[in-house]
Amino acid sequence: MTAPRWIAEPLLRVDRLTMRFGGLVAVNDVSFSVGRGDVTALIGPNGAGKTTLFNCLTGFYKPTVGRIAFSQKGLQDDSRIEALTASSRRYSRDGGEDLFLLERMPDYEIARKAKVARTFQNIRLFAGMSALENLIVAQHVALTPASGYGLFGLLGLPIYRRAEQAAVAKAQRWLERIGLRDRADDPAGALPYGDQRRLEIARAMCAEPSLLCLDEPAAGLNGHESAELAQLLREIRDIDCASILLIEHDMSVVMAISDHIVVLDYGQKIADGAPEQVREDPAVIAAYLGVEEAEADAVESALGMEEQK
Amino acid sequence: MSAPQPLLSRAFKEASLAAVIVGGLSYPIIAFRAEPDFNNALALTSRWPLFFIFCGLGFGLRFLLTLWSGRPKAARGEAALALEKPGATSKNRWLAPLGLAALIAYPIVILVVLGPQAALKWVDTFGVQILLYILLGWGLNIAVGLAGLLDLGYAAFYAVGAYAYALLVPLTGLSFWALLPICGLLAAFWGFCIGFPVLRLRGDYLAIVTLAFAEIVRIVLVNWDVVTHGEAGLFGFPPVTFFGLPFIPGPRGFAAHFGLPFAAVHKLIFLYFVVLALALLANFVSIRLRRLPLGRAWEALREDEIACRALGLDTANIKLTAFALGAFFAGIAGCIFALRQGVVSPSSFTFNESATILAIVVLGGRGSQWGVALAAVLIVGASELLRELSFLKAIFGPDFDPAQYRMLLVGLAMVAMMNFRPRGIVSARQPTITLPPVGGRA
Repeated sequence: MTAPRWIAEPLLRVDRLTMRFGGLVAVNDVSFSVGRGDVTALIGPNGAGKTTLFNCLTGFYKPTVGRIAFSQKGLQDDSRIEALTASSRRYSRDGGEDLFLLERMPDYEIARKAKVARTFQNIRLFAGMSALENLIVAQHVALTPASGYGLFGLLGLPIYRRAEQAAVAKAQRWLERIGLRDRADDPAGALPYGDQRRLEIARAMCAEPSLLCLDEPAAGLNGHESAELAQLLREIRDIDCASILLIEHDMSVVMAISDHIVVLDYGQKIADGAPEQVREDPAVIAAYLGVEEAEADAVESALGMEEQK
Repeated sequence: MSAPQPLLSRAFKEASLAAVIVGGLSYPIIAFRAEPDFNNALALTSRWPLFFIFCGLGFGLRFLLTLWSGRPKAARGEAALALEKPGATSKNRWLAPLGLAALIAYPIVILVVLGPQAALKWVDTFGVQILLYILLGWGLNIAVGLAGLLDLGYAAFYAVGAYAYALLVPLTGLSFWALLPICGLLAAFWGFCIGFPVLRLRGDYLAIVTLAFAEIVRIVLVNWDVVTHGEAGLFGFPPVTFFGLPFIPGPRGFAAHFGLPFAAVHKLIFLYFVVLALALLANFVSIRLRRLPLGRAWEALREDEIACRALGLDTANIKLTAFALGAFFAGIAGCIFALRQGVVSPSSFTFNESATILAIVVLGGRGSQWGVALAAVLIVGASELLRELSFLKAIFGPDFDPAQYRMLLVGLAMVAMMNFRPRGIVSARQPTITLPPVGGRA
């Protein structure tokens, strides 16, 4: 048996990440890695620190302690990570191999340079703008140089018109893929809930990310819509070759599409492995279902809680 | 089915209550007036008819409003998120050229109809002044309407433009046309400077800080006597010339050069076209930018800043450009203001000015070019028009000065807007780009 992809070919590595808010430790010494081309699920009960971890990855929070290394081509060389960590730089691009330390970068730079895109638990579309415009805004970073930082576009030069046509064509492909082609000109806020969820994913994908972070993409969807979503995510992994990291409570979606599952509880990692492994893990079952008083000791020792005196 | 009867009685009840409230509020300020008598001692005079007119107006307006808003909901569907349908734009295609033609014809028609003497006021207050406010409204619309940055201190940029012109003319001896972009750039630079510290603020906090900055600018202008001459202000800069031809009687003047009889209104008509051209430039830039990545980023920023950052948009730069470009147009407007007025003093750039411009943008519908233009005509035009309504004196007595009710009118316009068009005169947002319908047009 070969080593799983998240060990053999990681794209993202989180090392000993801790996030404190005053006295509250939301994420406590969590380490894991995300395999290139995998769908990785981050699960855990409410308040386990999943969204906090997401916000650290995407730069919305600065972690208290820890390192988040990311490379679009995969993190092969530990010595390079160490060298970059020792330097004061946020990323290095020597030899065409990018390497980013996400905990040092501001949020927009993570999206722009490291190509990590995300969606939000409470949908954050540009509600007053049309579905098409939402997808065009997502291509802002690519379109801005073509518009001559506004100047070529202001003068109406063909170089910008061509770039815009390409952006529209890409947006149109995505609208067709998520079945919203005929609602392209409707305000995004007026779309049904499930469509808004899919549109937010399409918007993130229009930024051409190498890692797509989804915060509860199936929340509020019915069974049929969840199945459609799972299909869309599988296509994103297989056709668009983006790695996916998702937070999800809907186990039918998680088990259907995940290659790798990381389980958090009370800010700590309690399990990490392939779906079949995690499903059988006593600590995970205990975290989700609770345990009898008598079993608690056994679970605690399995978790290594005795260290915490 | 049973709606009419209860509605009427409800309207009557609410209207009575409104009348009582208006009565309570206006009793101390309208029913009595303290005026010095012959001995120069203050004496109370009562104004009961006026007081009852106000109560009656309160009753009537509230009565009509309740009747109107009590109608079945279906009759007044204004969608919260209205986007104009692509088809609707073709219907309005003639509106823009028609409006432009009317604007170009306006001063000439006025001149022909009223003659050069009576046309002065109409070209100046109703032409140049309204256009100046339209230019300011379109400038502020970039920050408030498109980027959603509530700026309560827009008059500061206006002041920077005006003072830049007033100070640079004697210093450099440059002409108006050379100073125009410099004034704009200086104001934009100031917008940039103010933008930096407030980048992290949003909504109410941003509004308060911009308000404070505008006050700082005004107070500096008042107190920095050596440079700004305080409240007296700066004056005595060269008058408007038509590309070097002065508007003076005599052989070297504009009128003689073109073989026209001399008229003071020529200068104003020239100024009118200058403002019109610059306003159209602001309009063109706004409309073009809306369809560019930068403009779309402004609107995205207004909708959701966090989502913008998640998509890699550098929100700091986007906010700064909105602030600076808005300020640029205010600077240009300030430059024209100085040229038109011939004097700049701090009293022209009070909070009142910022509030008027903001009212124009909000009343017009944030982000709508048409709406802002209409609102400027409405607010500035109507309050100027009040000065003309001298026949009201016949009704309310010789002491009645309609111009004193200007602010009341703005208040009424705001109440009407909140009730009838809560998102402004033009509330539908035009998408910046559309896809052709599936399968093409039939």
